Amino acid sequence: MHELGIAEAALRQVAAQAKEAGATHVHRIVLRIGALSGVDPDALRFAMEIALPESSAAGAEFAIEIVPARARCQKCSNEFTPADGYLFECPHCHALGGTILQGKELDLASLEIS
Amino acid sequence: MVDVRDPSDTLPPPPGDPVKSGRRTVDLQVRILDENDRRAADNRAFFRERGIRALNFVSSPGSGKTTLLQRTLGALASEIGTAVLVGDLETANDAQRLRRPGVPVAQITTGGTCHLDAAMIARGLAALPLDGVRLLFIENVGNLVCPASFDLGENRRITLVSCTEGEDKPLKYPPMFSSAHAVILTKIDVAAAMEFDLDLARNNIRRAAPQAEVFELSARTGEGFDAWLSYLRALR
Repeated sequence: MHELGIAEAALRQVAAQAKEAGATHVHRIVLRIGALSGVDPDALRFAMEIALPESSAAGAEFAIEIVPARARCQKCSNEFTPADGYLFECPHCHALGGTILQGKELDLASLEIS
Repeated sequence: MVDVRDPSDTLPPPPGDPVKSGRRTVDLQVRILDENDRRAADNRAFFRERGIRALNFVSSPGSGKTTLLQRTLGALASEIGTAVLVGDLETANDAQRLRRPGVPVAQITTGGTCHLDAAMIARGLAALPLDGVRLLFIENVGNLVCPASFDLGENRRITLVSCTEGEDKPLKYPPMFSSAHAVILTKIDVAAAMEFDLDLARNNIRRAAPQAEVFELSARTGEGFDAWLSYLRALR
């Protein structure tokens, strides 16, 4: 369970980015979490509910967007969504493997500020 | 008499006025862990300058990281300069197990944190004499989930899974496998006794970690160790 640490790091980012943008209030925080990031979205939501009221962005809403994994087959270049989210077997030529195109995101996507 | 006034004239404004004056949305797309990423990049640069290759060993508790390192150090320490950083929540027991002449070892106790991060590695490096060191072994905290998110600046991530665990471990903890450079199936000397299905485990590793080199070995008997040592010698 490292999601509390991730939430705290996210809120430090929020404070830094809000300050840089000259904001006095943060109204909404959008996080983007990839399916291969190693972060459990439910646990992160729970951690944000604990950490957010203690942070400089207290009172802000937050949303977590999930980014599914996508891969490109190294053999036939077919782009595919891995079965069950992470099994890298090309559904077209059945080769194992592939280049991961997305799914490792662990980002602060946007802020609504004033 | 008919009232022709617009009824909305007398109604209060609707709650939650959608026009939020002065509010704006800024698109950022910044990494949540960018502080860790920066420190990891510093570590990586440090390793490059000194000609050190760093390996980050991750697994569940009890998969055999410390035993693997004990035997690896025993085989390699006299021919390659090695050093070890060991992460645990508490105690220095693993560091004591790994201590041997000529191999600097530093214990990082995370005080309850479930993973190592790049800043801890930087502090650990400051405590190690690194002259002549070519291979740095980092034994992460036993945890198959959390360490996956934290880049330490390592050159290779090595994920262990033992034959006393389930064959489906790679499918249950995909990020740790999809990010591994190599996967080591450990304790193969007890596979038969545990009725561990090696073929099923191999197949699951291939599907969850198709990019990884796979080793099967026993750190107790030494079976399969030559291929692993060749991999390390080639990294140097």
